[in-house]
Amino acid sequence: MKNGPLTVNLAGLTLANPTMLASGILGYSAETFESLVKGGAAAVVTKSIGLKPRVGYANPTIVQADYGLINAMGLPNPGIEEYAKEISETKKALKVPLIVSIYGFSAEEYALVSRKAVDAGADALELNVSCPHVKETGLEVGQNPKILAEVVRKVKASVDKPIFVKLSPNVTSITEIAEAAAEAGADALTVINTLKAMAIDTETVMPILSNRIGGLSGPAIKPIAVRCVYEVYESVKVPIIGCGGITNWQDAVEFMLAGAAAIQIGTALATVGRNVFQKVASGMNKYLKHKGFKSVKEIVGLSHHK
Amino acid sequence: MSAYHITNNQHRTTHILSVKAESPTVKIFTFKDKQCAKAKPGQFTMLWIPGVDEIPLSILDANTNGMISILVKEVGEATKALNSRKVGDVIGVRGPFGNNFKIKANKMLMVGGGTGIAPLLFLTKKAIAKNAKPVFVVGAKTKKELFLIKELEETCKKENVIATTEDGSYGIKGLATTPLETLLKKEKFEIIYTCGPEKMMRRVLDLAEKYDIALEASLERLMRCAIGLCGSCVIGKYRVCRDGPVFNAKQLRTVKDEFGFSQRDFTGKMVPLK
Repeated sequence: MKNGPLTVNLAGLTLANPTMLASGILGYSAETFESLVKGGAAAVVTKSIGLKPRVGYANPTIVQADYGLINAMGLPNPGIEEYAKEISETKKALKVPLIVSIYGFSAEEYALVSRKAVDAGADALELNVSCPHVKETGLEVGQNPKILAEVVRKVKASVDKPIFVKLSPNVTSITEIAEAAAEAGADALTVINTLKAMAIDTETVMPILSNRIGGLSGPAIKPIAVRCVYEVYESVKVPIIGCGGITNWQDAVEFMLAGAAAIQIGTALATVGRNVFQKVASGMNKYLKHKGFKSVKEIVGLSHHK
Repeated sequence: MSAYHITNNQHRTTHILSVKAESPTVKIFTFKDKQCAKAKPGQFTMLWIPGVDEIPLSILDANTNGMISILVKEVGEATKALNSRKVGDVIGVRGPFGNNFKIKANKMLMVGGGTGIAPLLFLTKKAIAKNAKPVFVVGAKTKKELFLIKELEETCKKENVIATTEDGSYGIKGLATTPLETLLKKEKFEIIYTCGPEKMMRRVLDLAEKYDIALEASLERLMRCAIGLCGSCVIGKYRVCRDGPVFNAKQLRTVKDEFGFSQRDFTGKMVPLK
């Protein structure tokens, strides 16, 4: 691959531009991933995959908030045995890095699923330790530095591909969690997952989501995500992938100035469309030229006064 | 930052204004919803049955006074619960979502099976208002399940409606596709619109290609978000909720291994169509 001003090296993966598809969005099949790569995505992250199939929650699984979306899908996925076929199919067709998102109900399970995903062709893994709406996985791992460190160590010991850890903002101190993940061997940190949230219907006086509580995404969480990236950048050395409400190139640049080496986009696929990646990348390119930067790497963490 | 907004996705509630039984398992509900009342034929709504589920339903009719109607056949827990709701009960609404049938010809053929006639009847009314002359082929298992047949015969004129029943209790004995080939040999249509069981629609697509006629089909898949994010409804590279639910023959050819054969289940696994 020819290196351009937008080329990013992320924990050993080469990305043609800093934009990636966030986990949980589309992400079942090779054809879907290809359509997103056509839209400019330089890497894609799958839905979170576990050891066994999960049907997810009953609808309503999504509700619109004023400046975002609250979802509680419940990690629907066909399980790693079935999904391994999709991974190998996707790997054959895809020209960008394929990152498989993993969840588990124990450190051993995370490690086992990770191993199977890598065997099927995953270029990297993203550990979902921050799902706000499924009990005994996700948040329970991502809120506890000791448990998290054990999960990361077990996965690290069983695969030889880069491991990203997706952090939750639903914690007292995100830097404490970030440090635990980095010390345990995480190659990059994705900051952040959704924020715990809910919506209640005033007419029926009922919570709208069938799971009652879900995770808030979209522009509403962007300032929080930027702050998290900024704090994590000051506390760890591993690269950060910024995520949370990125809709346009200005948002993306803001995350990079805060310290993100790459960024992920999810909710904006509904508001902008599948070409959101291209739009963000081309806006960034113009910004770099206008500001006289030769590479996007020069702006990573630039807002920190050293 | 401009106000964040996904068209028509805001959750709102409304009251059921009328319920009409069409058959032992089929009811027509009418309620008021400004946004859905602007729906075009082929679009769908996500209907919340509080405490039970939220399901996609195609719109049967929508008009300028803010009213919309939907046709509900009991096929599972959610539709059973919905069909037990009465006038005055509260339901939740999102939408309308998806694209719509395009009226671009005069000589049109409708092929509907089961509840698939709902969006086609809506389309037929709009097309007739534009001076089109639709012929409507409608299929059901038995006479009792031929919903809205009277309304169809009044809308299209009786001679333009060809009904089929699997048991021969009304019209031609057989499937909706049974009289199709004879019809296509006899008359030249510019476009076929179809909605109903996917295996039926697949057969209609094959015939449309054989006789070189344009086609639009409305597809059904599991739906969750309805705004193109969750991936539950994907077929090939398409999201049925956002890129569809109406697809043309050219698009359907790109998913010919799936269309009429398989869909994704709640886990995202590809399973054979029933």
